[in-house]
Amino acid sequence: MKITFPHMGHLHVPLRSFFSRLGVETVVPPPISQETMAFGTRYAPEFACLPLKVNVGNFLQAARLGADTVIMAGGIGPCRFGYYAQVEQEILRDLGVDLKMVVLEPPQGHWRELWHNLRAITGRASLKEIWRAGRLAWRKLTALDELERELHRVRAREVTPGDASRAWRQIVDWLDQAETLSETEEAAHLGRAHLAAIPLREDDDVLRVGIVGEIYTLLEPAVNLEVERVLGEMGVEVERSIYLSDWVKTNLVLHSLHLRNDREEYRLAAPYLGHFVGGHGLESISFTIRYARSGFDGVIQLAPLTCMPEIVAESILPKVSRDMGIPVITFMLDEHASEVGMRTRLEAFCDLLRERRRQKKRSQRAKELLP
Amino acid sequence: MRAYLGLDVGSVSTNLVLLNENGEVVTGLYLRTQGNPIRAVQEGLAQMEKQIPAGMSIAGAGTTGSGRQLAATMVGADAVKNEITAHAVAALNELPKVQTVLEIGGQDSKIIILRQGVVVDFAMNTVCAAGTGSFLDRQAARLGVPIEEFGSLAERAQNPVRIAGRCAVFAESDMIHKQQLGYPVEDIVAGLCEALVRNYLNNVAKGKDIQAPILFQGGVAANVGMRRAFEKALGFPVIVPRYHAVMGALGAALLAKRAVAGRHSTRFRGFDVSRWRFDVSSRSCGGCGNQCEVVEILGEGKLLARWGDRCGRWSSFVLEAAGK
Repeated sequence: MKITFPHMGHLHVPLRSFFSRLGVETVVPPPISQETMAFGTRYAPEFACLPLKVNVGNFLQAARLGADTVIMAGGIGPCRFGYYAQVEQEILRDLGVDLKMVVLEPPQGHWRELWHNLRAITGRASLKEIWRAGRLAWRKLTALDELERELHRVRAREVTPGDASRAWRQIVDWLDQAETLSETEEAAHLGRAHLAAIPLREDDDVLRVGIVGEIYTLLEPAVNLEVERVLGEMGVEVERSIYLSDWVKTNLVLHSLHLRNDREEYRLAAPYLGHFVGGHGLESISFTIRYARSGFDGVIQLAPLTCMPEIVAESILPKVSRDMGIPVITFMLDEHASEVGMRTRLEAFCDLLRERRRQKKRSQRAKELLP
Repeated sequence: MRAYLGLDVGSVSTNLVLLNENGEVVTGLYLRTQGNPIRAVQEGLAQMEKQIPAGMSIAGAGTTGSGRQLAATMVGADAVKNEITAHAVAALNELPKVQTVLEIGGQDSKIIILRQGVVVDFAMNTVCAAGTGSFLDRQAARLGVPIEEFGSLAERAQNPVRIAGRCAVFAESDMIHKQQLGYPVEDIVAGLCEALVRNYLNNVAKGKDIQAPILFQGGVAANVGMRRAFEKALGFPVIVPRYHAVMGALGAALLAKRAVAGRHSTRFRGFDVSRWRFDVSSRSCGGCGNQCEVVEILGEGKLLARWGDRCGRWSSFVLEAAGK
């Protein structure tokens, strides 16, 4: 058995680690490229959202490298994601590509099915071995997420553009190669030192921008046209509403156990949106409020074109923006999204944020001068 | 006397503006890019060189438009800015109290909302180019009306016909249909203007708080029919600035003036650039799976810039060289 999985940010690092610890061979799909997109747009329905297209591209490229089994997450709720695995399976079957698909979804009571699927991919490993592999993978994931937050801080302040991004690629490699928990800790430590060694600018004219929206476009740089890097190199520190480890904790673990940790999001969004709309639509509202309250300069919403939960959020955000006094800009992404067009809008958005900040400072000074 | 050069290199037109120290326009040029921005920039510089009054020298240069990076590399620019900011700067210079800028160019359209002299919101067309200059050009040609007379023809209309304006292709077939039903051409032309304005307000300006004073900029602002249609739909007077067609370049020149304020040097390479030989090559980098398309710009055989890579492997080379 050779297992593969879709790309989503640095998800491949913990997944490869998990399966190789259990002695299962894995094939990481090649990094998302033009070819991935070309496969996806050719074989997926045009009006499916972008994540599905990229998934299909990933699977076809992995199959070429010898993968025979795909692990795919499932989902529940109004978002179309819950149906992806099934549609993808049909597409692969129609193409005559021999890939077995194992779908892991929140059990909703069907624990036996989840167990059965897990066993199908973990082979004969004992529970203890699974636990150990899981712990190592989880630590890699949380280490990467911690370092990524630091990356965002450093990138906005680096003296030489590109330093932080280069360091980050190195860090992902180190963590990918770590084979034990202690090696992972060592790699994380090295990574922190690596980022700390980057020379930073003294002036602190850094804008702070929160990024909200649909999880896949948020986490996969190849799909969001590397919006975080582009912003970072413009001197903008970004903060994201979703990190991979948070999502695993909330959706895969807590929700499966019928526990919640999102009551605060519901409470914050309540004046604008009173119920779940699928995906992270509600979080796009609540996090915009959070960012406004913590003094961020602006908010960027990302979503794949035709994403229903985020369309709901998009139509509510102008009101949140007005009430909270924080500028918001939306990018709907698909295979036609252009890097040049996005850069133009991002530059103009940053000009707008800088000018607002200058005005705020000016009026503050005027207030201080008054008795 | 010090002068400032602004270049706006767009998909359809390449515009140049020369400003004097007081921020007044000395010369404005409007050229067709015709898919060759390098030639358009060189042609513009050559014309500008002929028109520049004696005793005037370039103290700063700025670029904007989708070709701003390329133009900046070629001519040497002190300011490189996106077209939204450039248009806003030019609008504020024209009318400091402006609250809304409608801009329709060759292939894009935008709206900029300003309050107290600051941009607070903006949008650009994303999905469709119906309603932009290229489409109007095409329809004028199809009806056999010179584009310059298109607007005044629309003004003579008694009963503008309702045209489906959502999509350029459907608008065209709807117009043909109305012609075949025998509607007078001026009613169709006026109907088209109204349809395009409706399309703009429903797409680009969707959800934006449009307040007077309103400036209408870009090449399409020359069209009186479009201006009237905007006034009719918005219920406010719409002002078309004198240099409406070159406002982006004007903004770039103003930004250049700001950038070099207090300095006595400019990055501008001089008008000789119009006679340089420029070479462009592109190739796909095989360094990783991203397979970025890397572009190289050479001027007189010397490497000026590289871009298109995500990792900085190629573009940083030029940064380093410039640093030394």
